[in-house]
Amino acid sequence: MALVLTEEQQLLRDTATQFFQERVGIQNLRKLRDEKDETGFDRAIWKEMADLGFAGIMISEKYGGTEFGPVGLGLVLEQAGRVLAATPLVSTVLLCGSAIQLAGSANQRQELLTAIAAGDRVMALALEEGPHHNPTRIATKAETRGDSYAISGSKTFVLDGHVADQLIVAARTSGGENDANGITLFLVDRKAPGVKVTRTHMVDNRNAANIEFDNVEVSDDAVLGSLDGGYDVLEQVLDIARIGLSAEMMGLVQQVFDTTLEYLKERKQFGVPIGSFQALQHRIAHLFSELELCRSVVLEGLTALEERRNDVPQIASLAKARLSDTARVMTNEGLQMHGGMGMTDQFDVGLFMKRARVAAATLGDSNFHRDRYATLDGF
Amino acid sequence: MEALETFRQEVREWLEANCPASMRTPMPEEESPWGGRNPSWPNPDSKVWLDNMASRGWTAPTWPKEYGGGGLSKDENKILQQELRRIKARPALMSFGIWMLGPALLEFANEEQKKKYLPPIVRGEIRWCQGYSEPGAGSDLAGLQTKCEDKGDHYLVNGQKIWTSYADKADWIFALVRTDSTKKHEGISFLLIDMATEGVEARPITMISGASPFCETFFTDVKVPKDHLVGELNKGWTIAKRLLQHEREMISGMGLGGSQSGASLGGLEQVAKEYFGEENGKVASPALRDHIAQQKMDGRAFALTLQRSAEEAKAGHGPGAASSIFKYYGTELNKRRYELLLEVLGTQGLGWEGEGFTPDELGVTRSWLRSKGNSIEGGTSEVQLNVVSKRVLGLPS
Repeated sequence: MALVLTEEQQLLRDTATQFFQERVGIQNLRKLRDEKDETGFDRAIWKEMADLGFAGIMISEKYGGTEFGPVGLGLVLEQAGRVLAATPLVSTVLLCGSAIQLAGSANQRQELLTAIAAGDRVMALALEEGPHHNPTRIATKAETRGDSYAISGSKTFVLDGHVADQLIVAARTSGGENDANGITLFLVDRKAPGVKVTRTHMVDNRNAANIEFDNVEVSDDAVLGSLDGGYDVLEQVLDIARIGLSAEMMGLVQQVFDTTLEYLKERKQFGVPIGSFQALQHRIAHLFSELELCRSVVLEGLTALEERRNDVPQIASLAKARLSDTARVMTNEGLQMHGGMGMTDQFDVGLFMKRARVAAATLGDSNFHRDRYATLDGF
Repeated sequence: MEALETFRQEVREWLEANCPASMRTPMPEEESPWGGRNPSWPNPDSKVWLDNMASRGWTAPTWPKEYGGGGLSKDENKILQQELRRIKARPALMSFGIWMLGPALLEFANEEQKKKYLPPIVRGEIRWCQGYSEPGAGSDLAGLQTKCEDKGDHYLVNGQKIWTSYADKADWIFALVRTDSTKKHEGISFLLIDMATEGVEARPITMISGASPFCETFFTDVKVPKDHLVGELNKGWTIAKRLLQHEREMISGMGLGGSQSGASLGGLEQVAKEYFGEENGKVASPALRDHIAQQKMDGRAFALTLQRSAEEAKAGHGPGAASSIFKYYGTELNKRRYELLLEVLGTQGLGWEGEGFTPDELGVTRSWLRSKGNSIEGGTSEVQLNVVSKRVLGLPS
């Protein structure tokens, strides 16, 4: 496990901590929400993140990236999770950046990775077609029209879909509706004719959209990777993003735990701090144990990615399932222990609870990942 | 590094020559090598294996040679353990003397006591038991009342201990006794008592599993020589706490479900496939399959946490806050595992004895019952959570 950080990584962590605490904070998400911000994230902050090298962490130096790798990205995501930072890290860096890195042609990499690392391009993966994560169930079709393709279908829960400059669309070029084979990834301009984007306002105030494709024509150089072979890429990309999301949720879980523990020490009832009551002590001590297990699986996931181990899929499911479950329990318990104040919008715990649910549903909830883990484990 | 590899080679050759073939097979419960004054050797090879290992001091590999130990460094011991695992060697000796008392003596006893008590432990000649809990002092261990009076040339002990593991088979007991009744923690001393002394009586307690690994131990006017006191008078609590640490570490390892009864049945998922059937390679019951996945994933996360803690300690960060949860989490996990195993076996997991059940099935039933004690002995789960909330999280009393 990558327990001992290199000097570079320590510096990165300190920079990220300071940046998210001082420059972003939870007030940034509140502001975006209260002002009904049309972009849904703060472009100035995103640009600063790119300047700090956060957008290019997974991108090689020749495209302007910083190559800090998965452990580095995990450090940044955890800090982002602590303040519920609304940024295109998941959509653009984890999902699309990884897909381009893994499957892009030399030209695609040069153009797109350079733009992502510089913070100049927001991208979104148009994958889901129903309310539950199901990466093989792709009904959206791409039909051959001479040298080009025509894409038709509907996508939902496209993170940052309404603000992305470009989309990566998973479409079926052959096979049946639930086949892993026959899925192809296409680069599609969001403003291309036939693309209809509807922003959806989610409970966590983070960006998502429904997107309809009506005979959207793209040329064959819009194919990312190989024809019909998109799922192999997708699977690796999704695991990277699942582990990344788990790192973000680690920050969320830790923050709720810290805040709740503080509250238990401060809040007085019956003349004593409520943290002196055993009924609460045992529950928070149990949450502490779950938290420690979370940290272990997230670190293991980042390490597995870094070392390109072949058990990445198992660890990704282990991490995503555990963090999704613990985030739910931690926010429920955190809210309860804050009492009536936890129910108010003024306190942050509610915001964390809302984010916990959306993050859990993103790229597979714990039910999905337990099922996957069992399948991967041969039972 | 080269010296270590030479050591590995030497160990490998020595084991090849000195570990009898039958000691490389799975060990039936009744062949457990506890040693002692009245040892039981249903398999004579067990005795040979013990004597061979003891001659190298490898029953206590890291203890100093002057006390009969192996004098190995941590790295050398790691290699020895790896080589023992490689040939699937049985433990040469099972001993509370090695696991619990020895480390405490090395830290707190005087030179004379170390020379007297440690070598027979290494050789498996003396079997020890632990006298801590009393009928009135369980979770509140420091409330113990077994009285120890100074009678000039000896101590006089009166009282009762309970949950003394294998007291009926042990030769000596290390006990916590009250030497000052005006104080609580500062009135406790650590005393070594020969079980053959007049006035000591051990009565086995039948447990829900049907087994009797624990006893009630009575002390009636027991005379104990004064040089049997370890450490200073009224300073026994410090030793007791250190010993409990060793005990908790020992118990928390159980959460991983390694060498347990029923292990030969295979992992939970294999057992489920056999007892429930499978469809397309999956356990036929989706609900059960989900529970098994949850259990395995939690087990993996726990194992990773033990690993992380060990690596953190090695990197010089100390044992880390995570270690405080091991006893609690490990035992709860183990209990859950047995509940699940029982569900998987159905009525085949609910037999008590006799025909109609395999030995493995019966073993699971008994182990399920035994596992309930995991979260009680060595500090209940509730006490562990108290410790975490107060010492680690800093919550007020």
